[in-house]
Amino acid sequence: MNFRRLWAIMLKELRQLRRDRITLAMIMGMPIMQLVLFGYAINLNLRDLPAAVVDQAQTAGSRAAVQDLLASGVIQVAASAQSPQQLVDLLREGRISVGIAVPPDFERRKLDGREAIQVMVDGSDNVVQSAAAQLAQYPLNQPDNFHARAQTPISVVSFYNPERRSPVNIVPGLIGVILTMTMVLFTAVAIVRETERGNMELLITTPLSRTELMVGKVLPYAAIGLVQTTVVLLLGVWLFRVPIRGSLWDVYLASSLLILANLSLGLLISTRARSQFQAMQMTFFVFLPSILLSGFMFPYAGMPEPAQWISEALPLTHFMRLIRGIMLRGADLGDLWHDALALVAFIAIMLTLAIRLFHKRLD
Amino acid sequence: MTELAIHVRGLTKRFGALVAVNGVNLEVPRACVYGFLGPNGSGKSTTIRMLCGLLTPSEGDIEVLGLRVPEQAEALKRRIGYMTQKFSLFDDLSVRQNLEFLATVQGLSRQDTRTRVDELLKRYHLDDRQEQLAGTMSGGQKQRLALAGAIVHKPELLFLDEPTSAVDPESRRDFWEKLFELADAGTTILVSTHYMDEAERCHRLAFLDSGNLVADGTPKELTDKLRGRTFVIRAQSPRQAKQALDGHPDVLSVAQIGNELRVLMRKDKVTVDDLRNAAGHADDAMEIESVSPNLEDVFVVATRKHAQREEQPA
Repeated sequence: MNFRRLWAIMLKELRQLRRDRITLAMIMGMPIMQLVLFGYAINLNLRDLPAAVVDQAQTAGSRAAVQDLLASGVIQVAASAQSPQQLVDLLREGRISVGIAVPPDFERRKLDGREAIQVMVDGSDNVVQSAAAQLAQYPLNQPDNFHARAQTPISVVSFYNPERRSPVNIVPGLIGVILTMTMVLFTAVAIVRETERGNMELLITTPLSRTELMVGKVLPYAAIGLVQTTVVLLLGVWLFRVPIRGSLWDVYLASSLLILANLSLGLLISTRARSQFQAMQMTFFVFLPSILLSGFMFPYAGMPEPAQWISEALPLTHFMRLIRGIMLRGADLGDLWHDALALVAFIAIMLTLAIRLFHKRLD
Repeated sequence: MTELAIHVRGLTKRFGALVAVNGVNLEVPRACVYGFLGPNGSGKSTTIRMLCGLLTPSEGDIEVLGLRVPEQAEALKRRIGYMTQKFSLFDDLSVRQNLEFLATVQGLSRQDTRTRVDELLKRYHLDDRQEQLAGTMSGGQKQRLALAGAIVHKPELLFLDEPTSAVDPESRRDFWEKLFELADAGTTILVSTHYMDEAERCHRLAFLDSGNLVADGTPKELTDKLRGRTFVIRAQSPRQAKQALDGHPDVLSVAQIGNELRVLMRKDKVTVDDLRNAAGHADDAMEIESVSPNLEDVFVVATRKHAQREEQPA
């Protein structure tokens, strides 16, 4: 490898990038947009669900129980109803997500240890359903009844995110999602574009080696990936007070591994795709499973086994474990060496395949 | 000049069922401007790409500058320049950036890059446009830039694939001047074209027709073979005369050019009177003149001959 030639390719790439306004806008715009979207709009920890209450018992105990549920903050009274039937109607009309019905025999049911309050939930929304399930766990907190407390003997303590704020979970993972989305696409398109515009025929007639060409085209994007990581980290800390409990060095090291993994995947795609459009389609084919199966949205443990296999093959899964470990649990890369090693292996395989499949030939 | 720059035997390239190049033999001497002539799709580009090592031949042996291709293609790439048919420099880099990039990639040192790029910008009249983006230049300017880019490392052998197809006549003349400057300095040039006037400027020529090499030699050798077979007829009604001649067994082809007919005979030693008989005396005012053959005639004869040979059962 000749470093002057490598530098020539990198300089060319950077100069072209500087004139490509749309790509530049994507590089900076995408992290900011996603961070704001995921940080503010998508909140998996619901509060103030619209609700209605029907208290048919009207005893001091039932009123206190209803007050307790409202005080949890999960629900907020949004409509009034006189009968359980009306609650069902309101649910169907979509005016409330949760209906609370206290039956006339509330006191007796409580004494008998039977279910004393019914919570009706709009099950068409997954997140609402789980929020309401928490509500059902809520102890009927009455001074005269110690059994009610005893009904929930297991207490959950949230380590690392005691306030249970979504951004704390989402922002570290978001670094990975953004890097996956942009890095794979940029490299795949960057090489296919040379072929489409006819520049490749010029490049392969020069003494440039395959490695110089591929590495030189990819390294500028690696630098861009690190810039994106920095943007997400800065905004995450500044806007959402996301902690960085591990070392910043480890955060960047883990990010670099993911960047290289994605770049080598992009290179591999570029050796197969015939047009920029095909490159984009193939990128999407990788991106969707990455988002869904990496543990960013749904926990890995809850996936069926075949999905877990796919998940293990995706670089984002390993990064997700690394970055959450480092940023939120204060782990260092040594503690998480499996996942770091998995990423290194992924890079080695993809890069070897890409360089083997790329030929300095037209046929 | 005994040494050959390019020596090719039985070169064949098949794309599936299509035979793009069929058993071509080629010898190109050093420091010569060698023309590749033929219509679109005749296999010119495919042959050039195989000679550069960009395509793998289906059959045949290639030796370029003493190196075997495609085996030694990487070593060859330092010693050749290749100007692609489609403009292949970077539209979104400036003229100077394009040349600097190519110079560095070709292995010139930092100092050499600067002096060489300055020299090329001056020689190809691009110095007042060096900061302009390549994509915004005219056809003639782009072509000069592409030529400068192809010779930035002073190659011994230069391949040019239809370099003047998107250029006005004046730029074409100017461009050929530049090519001869390079040839005088010792560069071997292989240039493909479909313009006959450009072909006449070449030292040697090869005619390609649907993948076959149908004739080669110097322009004079090629045209001399047809001496005595070409005539021009000026008639009152050229279309009638053409109809009369078209079916005649001794006539190979008749082409109308303005008010004149250009007639190419199957055999030589044809007299003006023979031809007047053939045209059927339809027009007494008809003037017939024996003219010297040109390369277009050579091409017509070569492709007809080849077509006949193909038709005969083996």
